[in-house]
Amino acid sequence: MTTTVLPPYDDVVARYEPVIGLETHVELGTKTKMFCGCPTEFGAEPNTQVCPVCLGLPGALPVPNRAAIEATIRIGLALNCSIAEWCRFARKNYFYPDMPKNFQTSQYDEPLCVDGYLDVEVDGEMVRVEIERVHLEEDTGKTLHVGGATGRIHGATESLVDYNRAGIPLVEIVTKPIPGTGAKAPLVARAYVTELRDVIRSLNVSDVRMEQGSMRCDVNTSLTPAGQTEWGTRTETKNVNSLRSVERAVRAEMIRQASLLDVGTRIFQETRHFQEDTGDTRAGRSKEEATDYRYFPEPDLVPMAPDAAWVAELKAALPEAPRLHRKRLQEQWDLTDQDMQSVVNAGAVELIEATIAAGATAAGARKWWLGELARRANEEGIELSTVGATPAQVAELQQLVDEGKLNDKLARAVLEGVVAGEGSPREIMTARGLEVVSDTGALTAAVDDAIAANPDVAAKIRDGKVAAAGALVGAVMKTTRGQADAKTVRELILSRLGVEG
Amino acid sequence: MSDLTRLTAAELAATIAAGDVSAVEVAQAHLDRIAAVDERVHAFLHVDTEGALAAARDVDTRRAAGEELGPLAGVPIAVKDVLATKGVPTTAASRILEGWRPPYDATIVERLRAAGTVMLGKTNMDEFAMGSSTEYSAYGATNNPWDLGRIPGGSGGGSAAAIAAYEAPLAIGTDTGGSIRQPGAVTGTVGAKPTYGGTSRYGLIAFSSSLDTPGPCARNVQDAALLHSVIAGHDPRDSTSIPQAVPDVVAAARLGANGDLTGVKVGLVSEFNGEGAEPGVMAAFRDAVEALTKLGAEVVEISCPHFQYALPAYYLIAPSEASSNLARFDGVRFGLRTGDDGKHSLEEVMSLTREAGFGPEVKRRIILGTYALSSGYYDAYYGQAQKVRTLITRDFTSAFEQVDVLVSPTTPFVAFPFGSRTSDPYQMYLADLFTIPTNLYGGPAISVPCGLSEGLPVGLQIMAPTMADDRMYRVAAALESTVGVLTPPAL
Ligand SMILES: [Zn+2]
Repeated sequence: MTTTVLPPYDDVVARYEPVIGLETHVELGTKTKMFCGCPTEFGAEPNTQVCPVCLGLPGALPVPNRAAIEATIRIGLALNCSIAEWCRFARKNYFYPDMPKNFQTSQYDEPLCVDGYLDVEVDGEMVRVEIERVHLEEDTGKTLHVGGATGRIHGATESLVDYNRAGIPLVEIVTKPIPGTGAKAPLVARAYVTELRDVIRSLNVSDVRMEQGSMRCDVNTSLTPAGQTEWGTRTETKNVNSLRSVERAVRAEMIRQASLLDVGTRIFQETRHFQEDTGDTRAGRSKEEATDYRYFPEPDLVPMAPDAAWVAELKAALPEAPRLHRKRLQEQWDLTDQDMQSVVNAGAVELIEATIAAGATAAGARKWWLGELARRANEEGIELSTVGATPAQVAELQQLVDEGKLNDKLARAVLEGVVAGEGSPREIMTARGLEVVSDTGALTAAVDDAIAANPDVAAKIRDGKVAAAGALVGAVMKTTRGQADAKTVRELILSRLGVEG
Repeated sequence: MSDLTRLTAAELAATIAAGDVSAVEVAQAHLDRIAAVDERVHAFLHVDTEGALAAARDVDTRRAAGEELGPLAGVPIAVKDVLATKGVPTTAASRILEGWRPPYDATIVERLRAAGTVMLGKTNMDEFAMGSSTEYSAYGATNNPWDLGRIPGGSGGGSAAAIAAYEAPLAIGTDTGGSIRQPGAVTGTVGAKPTYGGTSRYGLIAFSSSLDTPGPCARNVQDAALLHSVIAGHDPRDSTSIPQAVPDVVAAARLGANGDLTGVKVGLVSEFNGEGAEPGVMAAFRDAVEALTKLGAEVVEISCPHFQYALPAYYLIAPSEASSNLARFDGVRFGLRTGDDGKHSLEEVMSLTREAGFGPEVKRRIILGTYALSSGYYDAYYGQAQKVRTLITRDFTSAFEQVDVLVSPTTPFVAFPFGSRTSDPYQMYLADLFTIPTNLYGGPAISVPCGLSEGLPVGLQIMAPTMADDRMYRVAAALESTVGVLTPPAL
C-alpha cells in the first residue's frame, strides 16, 4: 500500500473549484408501508412486519399509500417544486437479496416533484441550492452478511435478511449540481442537509434521524482545475450518517481528488464509502460494473394524477419555512445573529419555543437549554431533545427561580434531579429540601452568627467597605447550605450593621 | 350417478339447491371421474380431494341450515395453477415453485370459496403461462380429450381439457395473449377473457402485468357467464382493477340464448381474412358468420390496419414485463433453492436456482425481455411496441364506433399433434395471432365453439369494447343456440 501525501485544504481550494451535489433519502413516518398495510415501527423483531406484498410473494400486488404521496407532495411544495400533473412509478431492476421482488418500485423520468430550490445560510450568506427532483419509492430490507472479511456479500458464509424495512416509503431528494461555493463547499453541503432536515421535520412527515437511518445522504463531489470550465469527473460518497459527516466527507473527497489530479491521475466515476473513524472515503467494489437498471413504467400501478385543487390546499396549509420561522423567533427573542446561530447549532429552537409556550421568558428558556442542558448533551454525545428534560419542566424550573424559591445553584441541583427522572422541579425541590431559606428569623440568626464570628470583617463594613460583605454572605450561605437567597442575605447583613446598601 | 359429470354448472347448482343431490355426491362424482381419466388426460397438477370434500360438506351443512346459497354453490371447479391457493400447492407448472404452498388466496379464489364452489384442484399449463400447447409445462403436457395425441391449447390447456373431459364443469383460466380462448377453441369449450381490470389479478402469479386477465372456462356460454359474474368486480388489492360495476353478463347470455340478434352489428376484421389460417378453420368460421346473419345480425367488414403488428409488439411487451416479474424467483424466500451447500456465494445460489428452476421457453422470454428493456434498445423495442399498442387500441376504438362486436376465428389452426410446433418458437407464437390484439387493447373477448374441421373443434372469437363484456356473451349465446354444444368422443 502506498501512502499519498495529502495537500492542505487551503491549497486545494486555491487550485480547484469544487462542484457538489446531494441525494438525500428520507424514510417517511407513515403508519403503514408504501404498498401494503404492514406497520413501519423501528426496532421490531426481524421479519415480523411483513406480508405477501412486501415479501414479494408470487401473485402479490402493490396498492399505493395515499399518505405517502401526500407527504411527498408536501415536501416538494416546501422545496418550491412544481408538482407533476401526471406521473408514474417505474421499476428499477437489479438483483439483491434484501430486495424482495428484485426490482425496486421507484420513479424514473416522471418524478412527482421537479425544479425547486432551498435557500440555506452559510456564514451569514444566502446560498440557493436548486432541487432537481423529489420522488417517491420503497425502501429495501436489510442484509447481514456473516463471515468473510468485509461484512459484504462477497466472501460471506451466511447471509441473514430482515424484510421489516422492505417497502417503507422513501422520498429521494436530488439537488442539481452546486458550483461556485469554493472553500465553503463542505459547509454548504452540511447547511443544505441541515436545512432540509428542518424543513422535513417542520412538515411532520418523518423523524429525519440520520443516526437511525431515517435520513440518509449520498454526496457527489468533483473538482475543476482553476481556470477551466469543464467539470471534472464526480464520485458518489455513501455511508454519510451525520451532519458532521456530510461536511467531512466533502472535504475529504476534495482533498483526495486534488491529490490525484495534482499528479495527473484521472478520477474514476465510482461509488465510495465514507469512513466515520478515519474521516476519509474508500472505494467500493474495485470493479464496479455499470448497472443497467432497465427502468420501465410499473405496470402494476396506475399513473398518479394529483388533483390541482388538492395540491393547492396542501400548499396553503404548509407551515412557515424554518428559515423564516427562525427569523421571526430571533426578533421575538431579541437575539443577535450570533446568539441565534448558537441556538440553531445546539438544536434548541423548538425546545426554547416550547419552553416559552409553557410560560418561561425567552431569556430564561435560552439560559437553561444552551447552558446546563446543552453541556450535558454534548458530554454524553446525544441530541439536546433527548437529554432528559422537557420544555414544560424547564419552564417550571425557571418559574421557581422567578418566584425566589430557587436560586441559581439550587436550580442546577433540581435540574439534575429532573434529568435523572426524579420528577417535576417542584417535586424534587420539596423532596430534596432544596427551597431557598426565606424565613428572615432563621436568616437573621445566621447573619448575626456570621457577624459575631468575623468581627474584623464586620468592622470594615461598618467603616463603609461594603464590598467586604461578600465574605459574610459566603459564610451565611455555607451555614444555610446554599439555601438562602444571596441578595437577601447581603441586604440583611448591611441592615444589621447599619449600613445602607 | 356418473352422469352428474355431464350436467351443466347451472343444472348442478339447481339440483343441489333443491336437495336432489348433495354437494358431496357431486364432488365425489367428479373426483371419481378424475381418478378414472386424468392419467390419460393429465389436466391436473394437484387434486385436492380433502379440500374439495370439506368444501362440499360445508355447502351441504349450510343448505341444511336453511342458508341462502349462491348461484354456483356446490359446483366443482378446477383452478389454473397460476393462482395462489392458500395451503394448496401452487407451481405455475414450474420447477422453481415445486412444493410451494402460498400463505394466502388469490382474490378470485377467495370469491370462489365465498360463493360455495368446490375447488377440485389445480390445472396444468405452460410454465408461467408462456406457451400455446402445455408442452412447456415442467410436469408434462396435457392431452386433448378430442385426440390424446394432440395439444389442448395453452397456456391454460389443463383447465380447458378438464372441462372437455367432464372432470369439472367449470374452470378458471388466465389470458395474456389467448391462454383462455385458444385452449377453449381447440377443446370445443367456451373460454372468456374479461375486460382487463374487470377481474382481479391479486394472487395471479404475474407473467405480463399489463395483459394478464383471469376469466371463466365452461362447456357452455351460460355457465361461463355465471362464473364470470362470481369472479368479476372491483378489488381494492389490485390497483389496476376497474372501480365500476360489472355488466350483467348472465342476463346478456340469457338474452342471446333466444337466438335473436336483430339490430346487432358484427364486424369482420378484414386483416384476418384467412391468411395463415387452415382452410377448414376458415370454412367453419364462415359458416358461423353465416349463422349469425341468419339470427338477424348485420355483418360488415372492418379494417384494423395495425392488427398485423400485434404479434411482434406482444412479443416485446410481454417478455419485457416477464423479465422483471420473474426476477423474484431467486431461491431466497420461497420455492426451489439450488447450490446452497456452503461452497457457493449467495449470488451463485440465486443464479444456480434460476438456471435449474426455469424451463427453456421461460428463459428465452426472460432473455428477450431483458434485452428489449436494456438502455440503448428500450426506445427501439419496448418503447416502439407501446406505440403500436396505442395504434391497435385506436383501431378497436374506431371499429367499435361502427359495430357492436368484432369476430374472427379464435386461432388459425385446430389442435395440432405434440411436437409439431416446438422446434420453431414462431410457429407456436402464431397460435395467438388472432387473440393477441384484444390483450393489447384491454377489451373482453370470448371463444365459442362454431363447428368442426377434420373432426376437431373450431372456435369463433367475439371481441367487444372495454367494460361491454355483456355484448360478447349475448352474441356467443346466440351462436351456441344454433351450433349447439360440442361433445368429444368418449375417452
Ligand atoms: Zn407488507
